[in-house]
Amino acid sequence: MSVTEILFYSLSAMAIGSALLVILSKNPVHSVLWLIVTFVAISGHYILLNAQFLGIVNMIVYAGAIMVLFLFVIMLMNLSTHKEAKKNKWLQMAGVLSGGLLLLVIVASLKGAEQATLVAQTNEGSIGLLENLGKTLFTDYVIPFEIASVLFLSAMVGAVVLGKKTETTKS
Amino acid sequence: MHPTLLVIDWALILEKALLISAVIVISLVVAMYETLAERKIAGYIQDRLGPNRAGPGGILQPLADGLKLFMKEEITPNSANKVLFVLGPCLAMLTAMLTSAVIPWGSTLFFGEREVALQVADINIGILYIFGIVAMGVFGVMIGGWASNNKFSLLAALRGASQVISYELPMGLSLIALLMVTGTLKMSSIVEAQVDGVYNVFLQPLGFLIFLICAFAECNRTPFDLPEAESELNFGYHQEYSSMKLGFYLFAEYINMFISSVLMATLFFGGYDIPFVNDAALRESWGHNPVSILQSVVLLIKTGGFIFFFIWVRWTIPRFRYDQLMDLGWKKLIPLALVNMIITAIVILWRQQ
Repeated sequence: MSVTEILFYSLSAMAIGSALLVILSKNPVHSVLWLIVTFVAISGHYILLNAQFLGIVNMIVYAGAIMVLFLFVIMLMNLSTHKEAKKNKWLQMAGVLSGGLLLLVIVASLKGAEQATLVAQTNEGSIGLLENLGKTLFTDYVIPFEIASVLFLSAMVGAVVLGKKTETTKS
Repeated sequence: MHPTLLVIDWALILEKALLISAVIVISLVVAMYETLAERKIAGYIQDRLGPNRAGPGGILQPLADGLKLFMKEEITPNSANKVLFVLGPCLAMLTAMLTSAVIPWGSTLFFGEREVALQVADINIGILYIFGIVAMGVFGVMIGGWASNNKFSLLAALRGASQVISYELPMGLSLIALLMVTGTLKMSSIVEAQVDGVYNVFLQPLGFLIFLICAFAECNRTPFDLPEAESELNFGYHQEYSSMKLGFYLFAEYINMFISSVLMATLFFGGYDIPFVNDAALRESWGHNPVSILQSVVLLIKTGGFIFFFIWVRWTIPRFRYDQLMDLGWKKLIPLALVNMIITAIVILWRQQ
């Protein structure tokens, strides 16, 4: 077993274990913290695949910024474990059914996909390195990249507009 | 089958372990003496002596303070979340120390034939790594404040966290302009470019100013120390903490101050470059190792200058009000950083033609 394999298996165990704990923990704040651990483990996987930029951006954006927002909301709502209302039995059944169906679809699509036969290359390949990624984004994929940035900008403007509205109604 | 299942370069692991231990010890000792320096300089500015009882001239004061913190009663509030209450200060300390991994503390040292780089990890996304760790640093504050189960702690934690994430943006934008100049994210290459050429502060004066202000905010230092304003805002996220758990939070702040000073020295003031001296020529006459050690000392001296500036500002300037803080971050620093970025881009494109 090489170092890479050991890292891969321990990162995988960490990712799956903490992902299970996200669902299983009773306290929503604990769930968020386990989700952060999951993101860190997935970042580790990216780095094993030599996609350093993706790995670190995953850390900054998902584990950092987005999870802070999650924590903000959950901490301010102060969700406690006792107040949880009993859910409708039929609703639970429907949830299990739809979740199972989703799993089925994912497994089926992965089975039929071309990538199923390809083996992920660890520690080699240079497409994930910063320079190559930047060159690809700004030459081959300029238009999708710019459109995505306009999308983000419009989302930001929308958020500002929503924020402004509440302020004017208050005063 | 192959006799060794797992091939490990023990020399490399030993080298890195020693280097990491050295960096941690230096960070802790510097943080300890920052507390003393802070009190001494505060004393000088306010025209008094400062601590002078423990040891000659108060030199043992940090040890006495540490002992006091260790001996104090460890209190965990009844309604606190026990696990997270301990996890908070640990995370604050951990994230404070993690950043030091990518900083080049010097060039290389020769031990016999073996050349040892004085940098724990020379990754080519060095600056992004620092941002990743800074983003993680928010959680120490937030978890600590929430786990205390005290409304004031929670409010202070939210205040602190929103301050840190607000000032991360102009900090990142000011560094983008710097990256346009250097053309690399690798810390060692950034320093090497400055050793041979001009310091980045002359190329990016506005960027440096923005970075400096944001570093103050990220370290929760005056004039941005709202998370711990004890007199008017009822202390901070560590209100319920006592003994060494409180000590960890306070210590993490001093380590952050040290690390951000090193960062500013590295990114903008040439890192381990000896100013006004041609390092390569000096290396010819003095030999390799003495110059490397001198370079590391020079880096620490530059860092000391920034630490002094941090302390000086704390005892000179009053703190901002919360809305002023947010105004400065979002309405002044971010547009300024964007303008700086655009000007840098235009100048670079113009010079290329």
